[in-house]
Amino acid sequence: MKGSAIRRVLPGFGLSLGYTIFYLSVIVLIPLSGVFIKTAGMGWSDFWHTIWNTRVIAAYKISFLTALSAAGINAVFGLLIAWVLVRYKFPGKSIVDSLVDLPFALPTAVAGIALTTIYAQNGLIGSKLEPLGIKVAFTPLGITIALVFIGLPFVVRTVQPILQDLEKDTEEAAVMLGAHRWRTFSRIILPEIAPALLTGFALAFARGIGEYGSVVFISGNMPLRTEITPLLIMTKLEQFDYAGATAIALVMLVFSFIALLIINVLQSRISKRTTSA
Amino acid sequence: MAKRSTLKWFSIILAVSLVLTACGSKDKEDKASTDKSTSTGSTTTEQTTDTEKKEPLKPVELLNVSYDPTRELYEAYNKAFAAHWKQETGQEVTIKQSHGGSGKQSLAVIDGLKADVVTLALGYDIDAIQNKGLINQGWQSKFESNSSPYTSTIVFLVRKGNPKGIKDWDDLVKDGVEVITPNPKTSGGARWNYLAAWGYALKHNNNDETKAQEFVQKLYKNVPVLDSGARGSTTTFVERGIGDVLLAWENEAFLSINELGPDKFEIVYPSLSILAEPPVAVVDKVADSRGTREVSEAYLKYLYSEEGQRIAAQNYYRPRLQSVADEFKDQFKSLELLTIDKDFGGWQEAQKKHFADNGIFDKIYVPGK
Amino acid sequence: MAGAITAHLSEEASVRPKHINESGFVRFVLIGIALLFLTLMVVLPLVTVFYEGLKKGWDVYVAALTDSDAKSALKLTLIVSLIAIPLNTVFGIMAAWAITKFKFRGRNFLITLIDLPFAVSPVISGLIYVLLFGAQGFLGPWLDEHGIQIVFALPGIVLATIFVTFPFVARELIPLMDAQGVQEEEAAVSLGAKGFKLFWHVTLPNIKWGLLYGIILCNARAMGEFGAVSVISGHIRGETNTLPLHIEILYNEYQFSASFAVASLLVMLALITLVAKKLIEWRGSKWQSK
Repeated sequence: MKGSAIRRVLPGFGLSLGYTIFYLSVIVLIPLSGVFIKTAGMGWSDFWHTIWNTRVIAAYKISFLTALSAAGINAVFGLLIAWVLVRYKFPGKSIVDSLVDLPFALPTAVAGIALTTIYAQNGLIGSKLEPLGIKVAFTPLGITIALVFIGLPFVVRTVQPILQDLEKDTEEAAVMLGAHRWRTFSRIILPEIAPALLTGFALAFARGIGEYGSVVFISGNMPLRTEITPLLIMTKLEQFDYAGATAIALVMLVFSFIALLIINVLQSRISKRTTSA
Repeated sequence: MAKRSTLKWFSIILAVSLVLTACGSKDKEDKASTDKSTSTGSTTTEQTTDTEKKEPLKPVELLNVSYDPTRELYEAYNKAFAAHWKQETGQEVTIKQSHGGSGKQSLAVIDGLKADVVTLALGYDIDAIQNKGLINQGWQSKFESNSSPYTSTIVFLVRKGNPKGIKDWDDLVKDGVEVITPNPKTSGGARWNYLAAWGYALKHNNNDETKAQEFVQKLYKNVPVLDSGARGSTTTFVERGIGDVLLAWENEAFLSINELGPDKFEIVYPSLSILAEPPVAVVDKVADSRGTREVSEAYLKYLYSEEGQRIAAQNYYRPRLQSVADEFKDQFKSLELLTIDKDFGGWQEAQKKHFADNGIFDKIYVPGK
Repeated sequence: MAGAITAHLSEEASVRPKHINESGFVRFVLIGIALLFLTLMVVLPLVTVFYEGLKKGWDVYVAALTDSDAKSALKLTLIVSLIAIPLNTVFGIMAAWAITKFKFRGRNFLITLIDLPFAVSPVISGLIYVLLFGAQGFLGPWLDEHGIQIVFALPGIVLATIFVTFPFVARELIPLMDAQGVQEEEAAVSLGAKGFKLFWHVTLPNIKWGLLYGIILCNARAMGEFGAVSVISGHIRGETNTLPLHIEILYNEYQFSASFAVASLLVMLALITLVAKKLIEWRGSKWQSK
């Protein structure tokens, strides 16, 4: 507790914390609480029936699995891209580095339309895959691709700084002890960047579960097969069923919150590690 | 030295952003307090010269909240009505349009989108607004012909030469035929599609509902992509090249042939279809509070005039007026049409039975198939 | 994003002695895979946007961009960004100051709450404001009585945009200011620096690049947001349509080329933003090395 006493030397604690909480409440907390209040209006059995029937469970599954595999793909390729960007020199590197942020900036609907154009049966890549019997657009694979696009920057941008700050010494030591390059990577480097990688993975995953704009264009929206959870919310709204929509929204909200809590536990571990080192 | 200059540069940015914040919130208040200030602002200046000559009628603005396939229709009609209204009263009228899925649009009006008039895909969506007290009871008898100034029907759009030989509804349930139609739960147009299929199945199976359910179930098994709206389905069929037949509004089918390739598609009329009546209504509460009732009613009424009917027909909606219908009789093939009130007991009942959660449509999609 | 301290691509990390680097072949293959992946996932959609936009020729392209609805959509998008970003910037600085310069209970919980908008589905972020301010919402009747329109008008669009871009600045600053500690500020306080001056002269110079990066990302996301804004905008042509919504409308009107043309405008805005970011990083690293 001695530490906090020293820290309070600085001015502006009351003001900054007060403002933070005020703004947070007005923009995020109070509006979000509306979801809870609206859902509370429906009875328990109604609520349970809305969030737990075959159609909805299928949608949860699709959202969960596509977001999970997209985050997995991003973890692998995102790490690779971060690695290449940090460690190697090649022409056009800074352009490549800028491109990574693009999915943040491109409107999701545009991304969805563009990806559908490319991967549809008569698209640039879709037409090449069609003879091989691989359908991308209007299948879960298409959803996954859209989510890979959306989530890519999360992984690259979380891993990149950690990889950048990695000390050469440990790698040197490993080499001196005769470790092979791959072994050095898997035993020394990977554990070091694992928390950041997991954070990036979790963020991409959390974002993927809620994504709507890009997915509706490429998914085909078939009930039980390619219908995602956010679309179900939209469907409920079209039927003037606000309570039903908020009930599903509530499930997603709780899920997102848990995912984020896990991320932040991971992060406090990272920072603990760096401060103790 | 670099440090000093960047700091200065930065302070400028911060100062500007603070000013903008202030402006921003003020802007918000302005916008909020006077509903229509910014939008009418630009039009007033242009029109003062005209209104000075005659009676000082202020320019008026209407918001027409409509569904997806009427974009072209109302773009043309709004111009015609504005000219007509000007001539009649000397008043300038600007009509703003909002388009989207019919259900979503109805919901937006319920949630406070200040529409003076709604022109939606089905009566059910206007009933929903009425239920919230924004539209007075009995809106459907306020204008002629069920308050539906134009009608349409559901037809098949197939690829040129009709390679799969699709002639009627029972061709749609054959193996290997891919049917494109939007999701009836999110699209008004798709509900007409579904009901037409249901009506056909009933008629050909001696009104046996289990058989009819099997029929639509088979049909929807042939649907590879279930878009959320009518326009999405058209894009899937036309641009992505998916499917053998598109179930579409007659006007949409004509439009896609015109806009996207007369040499690529053709229209097939089934033996039986449904009379789609997209209704219109004045949103009483909004029109009264904004003082636009008179012009709103005139706006919808003029749809029934010869000019309004002709514009509808030019945009491939079937006109009600006999003289205009005769004029365009080559364009619209006559066929046997079911009606929602006579054959399905009205929208409320059809909605409850077929499209509500756990209705027949939900039963079509059973897991494991 | 979370915890991403602006990554300067310093030369240092890529210049490595041979024994802790991969062989030329492995490097070549890895770079190849990375570039191929980026080409397939990012470059190709980008090229598609421009290709489809220019497919019907330059005239259609220009006509789409100079259309009055497109112009008003662009204007609205810029106005929304200009309101949302400063508000989130001020909040970001305040939150980062409170969280990193002081220790208090519930700090981690607060960070999680700030993160929340990242993970909330855009559909929900639009919906919550309709639930609150819509005519059937909790505050709706009161607002209606006083003639205040929030949903389906500018304030609603601004609110939804603020929500979606809420964490960007704070999230960029928190790890940065955490890493910098409090020594410099404490020293300044002991020399008599006070309040805002302390922040202005001591803290700000240290965080300005991170802050700008956060603002830029916030801006890019604000201009491109679709889902949340779509729920709350009301889609009134020329009035409450932002650029992304205008793109959807054109697409739905079978004006595919025009829709991609407007999309390419947004892509260009995004690219300008990203180039600005690059310049900032470059200046930042140059300044740091001096």
